[in-house]
Amino acid sequence: MSILVLVEHAEGRPDRLSLEALTVAGSLREPVEAVVIGRWSTELAGGLSGRGIGVVHVVDDPRLAAFAPAARAAAVVQLAAARSASTILAAGSDRGNEVMAHVGAKLDLPMAANVTEVLGGDPLRLVRQRWAGSLLEEATLDAPTKLLTIAPHAVAAADPAPGAAPAVETFSPDLTENDLRVAVARRLEPDRSGVSLADARVVVGGGRGVGSSEAFAELEELAGLLGAAVGVSRVVTSQGWRPHSMQIGQTGMRIAPDLYIACGISGAIQHIVGARAAKRILAINTDAEAPIMSVADYAVIGDLHQVVPAISAEVRRVTGR
Amino acid sequence: MNILVCVKRVPATGGTIVLTADSQDIDTRFLGFTISPHEECAVEEAVRIVEAQGGSATVLTLGPDVASEQLRDAMAIGIDNAVLLQTDGSDWDAYATAGAITDAIRTLETEAGAFDLILFGNEAADTGDFQVGIRVATALGRPVVSGIKGITAAGGQVEARREAAGGGWEVFDLAMPAVLGVKEGLNLPRYPSVPGRLRARKKEIRTIVPTRRAGGPAKDRLRLPEGTESQVEVIGQGPGAAPAIVELFQKLGVLGR
Ligand SMILES: Cc1cc2nc3c(=O)[nH]c(=O)nc-3n(C[C@H](O)[C@H](O)[C@H](O)COP(=O)(O)OP(=O)(O)OC[C@H]3O[C@@H](n4cnc5c(N)ncnc54)[C@H](O)[C@@H]3O)c2cc1C
Ligand SMILES: Nc1ncnc2c1ncn2[C@@H]1O[C@H](COP(=O)(O)O)[C@@H](O)[C@H]1O
Repeated sequence: MSILVLVEHAEGRPDRLSLEALTVAGSLREPVEAVVIGRWSTELAGGLSGRGIGVVHVVDDPRLAAFAPAARAAAVVQLAAARSASTILAAGSDRGNEVMAHVGAKLDLPMAANVTEVLGGDPLRLVRQRWAGSLLEEATLDAPTKLLTIAPHAVAAADPAPGAAPAVETFSPDLTENDLRVAVARRLEPDRSGVSLADARVVVGGGRGVGSSEAFAELEELAGLLGAAVGVSRVVTSQGWRPHSMQIGQTGMRIAPDLYIACGISGAIQHIVGARAAKRILAINTDAEAPIMSVADYAVIGDLHQVVPAISAEVRRVTGR
Repeated sequence: MNILVCVKRVPATGGTIVLTADSQDIDTRFLGFTISPHEECAVEEAVRIVEAQGGSATVLTLGPDVASEQLRDAMAIGIDNAVLLQTDGSDWDAYATAGAITDAIRTLETEAGAFDLILFGNEAADTGDFQVGIRVATALGRPVVSGIKGITAAGGQVEARREAAGGGWEVFDLAMPAVLGVKEGLNLPRYPSVPGRLRARKKEIRTIVPTRRAGGPAKDRLRLPEGTESQVEVIGQGPGAAPAIVELFQKLGVLGR
């Protein structure tokens, strides 16, 4: 019996979320094997050394060069059967959840998405996320093969231990027309520019309190001065004041800045869950009792239409920008 | 085109989640109910496609009688038909839900022909299982793709677009009948009109009693994550706080230079 981990990778490097999944797999006291779809390289071998992997199975099939969720799942299912895997793990990424749902559908077995903790036992006890992580569920999974994805950042990826590179074996799956019929056919280039919300060190967020599309100019001025990105709450996108690509939260983006300045945002859990990785939160709100105050580190109580321009003016004065 | 949209009734939690004393559920005594924003976009997209191309749109939910409220919300913005897979309000896991929805689709399609397109949310707002749509599509033998934020359906084909990890878009071509898991951002849903609401109130809802398959994961209990609360430091009131804020920026090293 072994644990099979689906490792995603790009440009010769294993994905961070897959390393987290490997870290969870390593804590389960069963031999860990990995499956890599795509080209094997010495760089990737380096990236996967010292990660507790006994064997890496490389599926380098030209038909899998374009991302095809059901075909990837078919490869994983066949490999898991060949290796009598007790458990199949993947990252709780968009692709990881999608492929593992296909694995579950093909095997007609349950799949637990976004698991934060594997407690052990058979039936397997585990903890998983609900409401994008605002709530946790303790659950029991009773199945001949356990299918799990690991919630992003539930554990830190362990540092690699010194040691030999894993053994490498190739695996050739049988893929059907049906498995291959849904695949990325084309790519379109990004249509966004400026500071990316996902990577910004500072994010200036605006909610209903901003009041109008035009009033966002006040937030954009401050963001420009700080080299920050602007993000918004769902009320703002539902009103059509700003596009959905700027939305932070459960059904929008996750941000991880050093500082998140939340202006006129009440702090609903579905918003805050997208800003949980922010190191510091500064709330600017007329309501000292708003829920955001229970997650903010700093606050200014006041009208953002006065406070934000005053901060911009002070930044200009101090920096001469 | 004939389109089916699947939606799930969930509590509209606000600033905090409160659990029931036995930790089995969210305490919903003081809450309203809604559907996921992803599913709102699915409903809107179905209405738009039918407006543009003709055909009919159906909304389906598995839940207790009161979930007909969410079906009527969808009919208020232009969905033609509604189906309730009636439960006693207890939890149905994703595995059982997918089985019941598959059974219902088979019944509906035997009566009135295949749905060209079946739309799901990418994940349910509450349980976030990321799988019901994929299970249903697999059982029906139809192509499926998740995470969709752009749809063009014409001539028996659907072009489905989703955001790629490193920026840009991935485009998929699916032959209909097809299944899509969609995300918020697909469109900007309209608000229901008053006549729309009145019309929806009078419409009939088809009720089916589903059969529950065993085999899914079992919920033991719910709990809130630890350590998310902070101690807030009020820096000041109104614009007079600006100098103190800029000092804070300097201290945090976010002023640059
Ligand atoms: C399943 C689900 C998913 C969701 N996903 C998301 C998501 O991804 N992202 C998201 O943001 N929301 C999401 N929501 C919606 C969320 O529940 C809230 O409705 C939303 O975040 C509220 O936005 P808001 O804070 O801008 O508005 P409000 O809650 O209306 O708050 C406005 C705030 O502005 C303050 N204010 C008003 N005027 C001023 C002023 N002049 N100066 C300073 N402060 C002022 C008020 O005191 C108040 O605190 C989701 C909801 C559900 C049910
Ligand atoms: N009880 C339900 N009734 C109808 N549709 C559902 C139900 N549960 C889930 N779905 C659909 O399946 C999608 C994915 O759900 P899940 O796999 O549970 O995250 C949801 O966005 C809905 O479109």
